[in-house]
Formats: sequence, structure tokens, C-alpha cells
Amino acid sequence: MTAPHYLPEGLPIPVPENDGLSRPYWEGTRRGELWIQKCKDCGTWQWGPEWICHSCRSFEIEWLQVEGKGRIFSWERVWHPVHPALKEHGPYIVVLVELPAAGNVRMIGNLLGDPRQEVPIGAAVEAVFESHDDTDPPYTLVQWRRVDDS
Amino acid sequence: MNGRTLRGKVAVAGIGETTYYKHGQAPDPEFKLALMAILRAAEDAGIDPREIDGFASYSNDRNDPSRLAAALGIRELRFANMQWGGGGGGGAAAVGNAAAAVATGMADCVVVFRALAQGQFARFGQGPRARTIDGDMAFQAPYGLMSPGQRYAMKVMRFMHDHGVRQEALRAIAMASYHHAQANPRAVMNGRPLTEADYDASRWIVEPFHLFDCCMENDGAAALILVPAERAKDLPHKPSYLLSAVTGSDYRCAAPSHNAPNYASASFASVAPHLYEMAQLGPGDVDVLQSYENFTGGVLMSLVEHGFFPPEEANDFLKPENLYAPGGRLPLNTSGGNLAECYMHGLELQLEAVRQIRGDSTAQVPDVEVSMVIAGPMVTPVSSCIFGSEATL
Repeated sequence: MTAPHYLPEGLPIPVPENDGLSRPYWEGTRRGELWIQKCKDCGTWQWGPEWICHSCRSFEIEWLQVEGKGRIFSWERVWHPVHPALKEHGPYIVVLVELPAAGNVRMIGNLLGDPRQEVPIGAAVEAVFESHDDTDPPYTLVQWRRVDDS
Repeated sequence: MNGRTLRGKVAVAGIGETTYYKHGQAPDPEFKLALMAILRAAEDAGIDPREIDGFASYSNDRNDPSRLAAALGIRELRFANMQWGGGGGGGAAAVGNAAAAVATGMADCVVVFRALAQGQFARFGQGPRARTIDGDMAFQAPYGLMSPGQRYAMKVMRFMHDHGVRQEALRAIAMASYHHAQANPRAVMNGRPLTEADYDASRWIVEPFHLFDCCMENDGAAALILVPAERAKDLPHKPSYLLSAVTGSDYRCAAPSHNAPNYASASFASVAPHLYEMAQLGPGDVDVLQSYENFTGGVLMSLVEHGFFPPEEANDFLKPENLYAPGGRLPLNTSGGNLAECYMHGLELQLEAVRQIRGDSTAQVPDVEVSMVIAGPMVTPVSSCIFGSEATL
């Protein structure tokens, strides 16, 4: 599903590096898909992306689509803006989400909903794709929202 | 032990600093501040500044050693060293790098310095202004995760959650710095005491950090001069001998997108044991501690990882009375530190550790033999070091 933008426009636009390391991730998010790295040789999941497997040092890394389901590993509520685009905006919540189905790798996002909500560590969340179609280049962020823990 | 050690081979001959200013208020350019601090350290050591033959710094200090050497008329440059990465985490590493040069005969008189005028250059507490962003920050900045405080708050949040640490523990760390600053005329926050009520009422910057959990942004410079131990005996001040200096971080500390396996950490888990091994001391031997406060939560985890108390005892240990000089269990940040003396990127903590051994701190702990410094936590690489009096050799 798609969502309105959680933070105001004007923050830096994420783009792949010159060497293209993270391009499959950013292209995947444009399609509403979550793609991360897994080692073909030893099966270790890896995030963020790197050119080598940190576990067995194989260069045979593949990208796999994973389900956008995770648990909150940690969080913070930001009150003091450090970027002009965020002046007069706040608070907002940043979460660190671990993905149990992908070796508990962690991803950063915002927690959608009331910015003053309580945030239980361990709570279940699911990915929400937030499209920014009018920027140059366009991009899509992966955000998170609480779901039933059942 | 393999017999290779810095223990006791190098001593601090002199220390010096400029006036410490709020950011933007220094009347002099950053390079001139660096020169002033170095000259004061040389004067304090009773050394002709032209005898300096090496420079060491960290965090990409802008003041190039060759320019400094030319400006100061230094006869011969033999050592020019920059500690990679880690921002203020490099403070003790710079001392260690300089000491290694002196101990091995690469140089004879090395100055460790840091000059920082955040009012004249970009401030650390501001987010990136670029239109696009790539690499690891592309996974962070678009979510409003940009400043150091925002980068480290989630580590502390998780640590407090795991071990039941209360906000009062962080408050006690802030209280210690402000308490000691009231006795220190150099301190930017001298004359600005902090009460627990002030702390509690202060605004959130990023939970779990209130305003008073966060370091200041300042202008100034600080320097210390290292010489071979045998030379220190002939210099004007009681020498502080370097007993140990270590740097690094544990397994995959820099794993991208906040994926460090040991996440809720100050990055010292693997580093601190090496510190004590080289010093041949333990945490119980430390008489006074300077521990870098980028954020109080980093001090909390630094103290745990250096073995001063287990995490489950943080609430009991981190009470103001335990941290105040002269009689606290572990007098902490006795000059006021980064929170209340000056954010000289932690080099002011090294100077204060030396003062404690000399016996001329403004919050002096009696009979200090072992004086320890922990540099900036939660980054990588981090570093820490221990100074000792002659009695510890």
C-alpha cells in the first residue's frame, strides 16, 4: 500500500552510490517491494548492502525480495530539528526494525501514526511504501506501522 | 602479555588551552587558536616551541601540521599523524599515536592538539544540506535521522530498555559536569549551575536525551605535549606518565544501517580489556575519570564497558554524590567536561586528567595516582587512555 508523506518535503533525496551498490534496493522500493542481500554461498542475510559477505567473504551476493514484516528493535522521538525542512515540524518517531524472516537484519524508518504514541520495543510492524514521485529523481521510502502482534 | 607496551615510556610535559568560547564567539580564527594553545602548552612545559617535532590530532582537524610547523618556525618535522574516523572517539587515540612515535624514537617532542571553531565552520549538530544523498546516510537522512544525537539515541534507548536504566542515571551524569564547572573559571557554564529540576524541565532534543544530556558547541583549542619519560623528570611540573592508550571497536561495529551486532554499546566492549591489560590496572584502581559526554547515555555505556559497574547497578551507581569530587566513589568529569567546561572535542578531558595528577584541578581529588580518560563513545573507532603518577611506574 502507499501512504502520504510522513515528513515534510525538502530532506535529502536518496540515490544509489556511483558504484551502484544499493541500486537494487532503491529500484525495488519504487515497485513497492523490499529487496535485501543474501549470500549465495553461506545463506547469511546482510543489510545494509556490501560487495562481500561478512560471514564467509564470498562475493556471490544475491538480492532477494523479503516480506515487509518486522519488530521494533529500538526507537527515538525527535523534537529538535536539525534540517531546515523540519523547522516547526515535530516531534517525529524514528524506528529501528529487525526482520526475523531475514536473519534479524535491521532497517531504519519512521513509525507512522501519532508521533506522540508510546513505542514498545518488540512490537510487530509492517512496511508501508511512501512514494515521492515529484522529486528529481523520484524515490520511495519504506515506512513502518504497528500491526497486531498475534 | 607480549612485552610490547607503551606503559610508562612517555610523559605529558605540558598542557595549554585558549579561552573557551560559545560557538561563534571566538575573536580569533581557528588556526590562530591552535597556535595559541600549542604555545601555551610549550610554555607550561618549559620547552622552546621550536623543539616540537611532531603533531597528532583526530577528526580531520583542519589545522595542517606542516602549516603549523612552518608558522611556528619549527626546526624539523618528524611526525604528522591523523587518527582516522570516529570524531571525538579519537582523542585518546591521538595521545596514543603521539606516544607511540615518542616511545619508538620516531620523534622526541610531539604535540597533541585539537582546534575547533564551530562558529567559523559547519556545526556538528546540523543535518546535511545536500540535495541528494547516497551510501549509508541514504538509509537515514530521508527519515530525519541526521545529527549525532539522532544517530546515537536509539543505542541508548535500547540499552536503557534492556537493563531498566532510569532517566535519573543520565541526569546524574549531567549534574556532575555542571557541578564541577561551577568551580572552574575556564568553564563556559561557570556561573550557570544546574539543578535536577532544571534538568527535568528542560526540553527534549531527541528522546532519551534532554537538552542537558547533550554536549555544547564551542570555539577554542587545546594542546598537550608528550616527551620521553626520562626527560619529564627535568621539566617544571610533576609528570603524568601514559600507562596505556588503546583504540578500536568490536565486531562489525560499523555495520551499515545500524546493524552492529552489539548495538546498544559505547563501542568499548573489546577495547577496554586491552586498556587495562597494558596499564596492568583494573577499574578499581582508577582515582578519577574523565568520560566524554557527546551525550550522557554514551557515558553510561562507557562506564559499564570499562567495568566500573554492571548495567543492572547503573541506577544505584549513577547518583550525583557518587560522581562529585573530592569524595565520590568515582569523581567524574571534574572540569565540567563537554557539557559544561568546553566541547573541545574531548581534548579538554585529557588536560584535566593531567591536572588531577599534578594536583591543580579546580575540583581536585586527593592523592590521585591513576587518572583515566574515555574518549567519544558510540562511534568507531573509539579510544581510551590512563595516566599515572611516578608512583604507578
